[in-house]
Amino acid sequence: MLKEKRAAEVAAILSKYPHERVRSAVMPLLYLAQEEYGFCTPDSMREIAQICSIDPTEVQSVAGFYTMYFEKPVGRHVVEICDDLPCVLRGADKLVDYAETKLGIRAGETTSDGAITLKVAMCLAACDRAPMCQVDLKYHYDLTREKFDDMVQELRK
Amino acid sequence: MTNHILLRDLDIPDIKNLAVYSDHEGYAAWKKAVTTMKGEEVIGVVKDSGLRGRGGAGFPAGLKWSFIPKDIFPKYVTVNCDESEPGTFKDHQLIRENPHQVIEGTALCAFAIGSKVAYIYCRGEFKEPVVQLQKAIDDAYAAGLLGKNLFGTNYSLDIYVHLGAGAYICGEESALLESLEGKIGQPRLKPPFPAVVGLYGKPTVINNVETLANVPGIVLNGAAWYRQNGTEKSPGTKIFSVCGHVKNAANYELPLGKFSIQDLLDMAGGSMSGLPIKAVLPAGSSSPIIPAANFGAKLDYESMAAIGSVLGSCSWIFMDESVDMVWAARKMIRFFKHESCGKCTPCREGTHWALSVYDKLLSGSGTIEDVKTIETVNKSITGKCFCPLGEFATSSMTFTLKHFRKDYDDFISMKKGGRADWMRELQRDHHIHEMHSGAIPVHGIPVHH
Repeated sequence: MLKEKRAAEVAAILSKYPHERVRSAVMPLLYLAQEEYGFCTPDSMREIAQICSIDPTEVQSVAGFYTMYFEKPVGRHVVEICDDLPCVLRGADKLVDYAETKLGIRAGETTSDGAITLKVAMCLAACDRAPMCQVDLKYHYDLTREKFDDMVQELRK
Repeated sequence: MTNHILLRDLDIPDIKNLAVYSDHEGYAAWKKAVTTMKGEEVIGVVKDSGLRGRGGAGFPAGLKWSFIPKDIFPKYVTVNCDESEPGTFKDHQLIRENPHQVIEGTALCAFAIGSKVAYIYCRGEFKEPVVQLQKAIDDAYAAGLLGKNLFGTNYSLDIYVHLGAGAYICGEESALLESLEGKIGQPRLKPPFPAVVGLYGKPTVINNVETLANVPGIVLNGAAWYRQNGTEKSPGTKIFSVCGHVKNAANYELPLGKFSIQDLLDMAGGSMSGLPIKAVLPAGSSSPIIPAANFGAKLDYESMAAIGSVLGSCSWIFMDESVDMVWAARKMIRFFKHESCGKCTPCREGTHWALSVYDKLLSGSGTIEDVKTIETVNKSITGKCFCPLGEFATSSMTFTLKHFRKDYDDFISMKKGGRADWMRELQRDHHIHEMHSGAIPVHGIPVHH
């Protein structure tokens, strides 16, 4: 239970919103659940529903609407390469091709050792330093094949 | 330019630190306002400055603040840092490199309208730059610049960061409020406008990060100081995010009305490949594309309107002659289809069918009927949705058709489609789509979303 395992963080999240508007805590609590369990588990969504005094279905609708919540398990690391227009103008498509070959999977899949999930992302607001990607929310800029290889090696350690 | 007003990190290293920011008149406007001014006076000076909203619409900020009813409590400030338009990356730099100026501007807005709580809504992908922003907020609290009874007065203010989780639509102000209330980010019907019925049904000002970063200077130095830059109707400086096929992609802060599009391109070092630049999107994927023939236009709200485009969020995506506009339009439609919140049928269905038509063109089996279908879809979306997302989607189709009809014709008469890299791209998108819908078995573990 988040309330026991992450009590201080749950309390800190709830303190940001008016007492009678506790539903606002749904999104930060889903992040907390994802951090704790690797994805938004059904049990954690039921607990969040209870904390926020809403129906579990409503929590699930939020988790389903926003792309950054995982409703199924993912790899230990999630690599998201931006392949929107500005990034592709600077070679992001070729980097995605390379990443798929290098990892032996297609975008959207996870490597068989469970280490890396590869995704393509809609604009990540770093068009000036494309091609770029986000790994577990950390930005990596001005990517080349060599930099990508180094990054993957680091992630597999 | 030297002496930046917004991108001060380019002049002053480490301005992200409170001590350095304070050494450069940091929080002087804040102290001045709380200890010597009334809220209406702050609104007055911002009104006089002529500062216009920097998120895209260009609505006068002071006027927006003056719409807040005086007799309804509590009131809220929400800062729009959901920067998600392909081509924009200015707020990213501001919150990471000059966060205190954003915080001070937010605080001044809150004081001006009599609000005691402000939320900075950042897109979820900004978790990393938000570390810097949150540190700055924590330091401001520790220094007594935020919190209870500020500067010995009875005014108190709390500022919180709220993270989104990957939804372009939350940059639309009413969808942002829904998201902040813990719901899915779908726009509200307007009116009522947020100034009257906003966050939690209370009066709310929503401003872009860059808009608020202008406010400390205005309050400290006055409206006339601010009007030294820019034009009568477009005063001040503006951040131009420049990317795509240019040598030096970066943020450039420039006075409005002084330079032309060509000047901007030259400042960014010109074409990256040496090929001539074919066109530019001036405000990301949602804006009417500008062919190179119009690059003489000045960079201000009025001049951009005169050439049938917009200044908007100033995210300039330059494209050279190698870019096929049918491909570019498809890329943009793919974005809007993915980001449509699904509330309005014309946008949800229209973007879906438009993407199918572009896929057909790109794969080489397009006909003249397909171009007609695109025009029909555009008409079916325009003016028929709650929010502008649908209109944004049509803009990429309408204006590439208007200015680059030849690119479309080539697909039909010369069967130009079917290029290997385009086919790989289409296959990748289809694969991801089918994995989401669970339609095909895949190697490895399928990931949802």
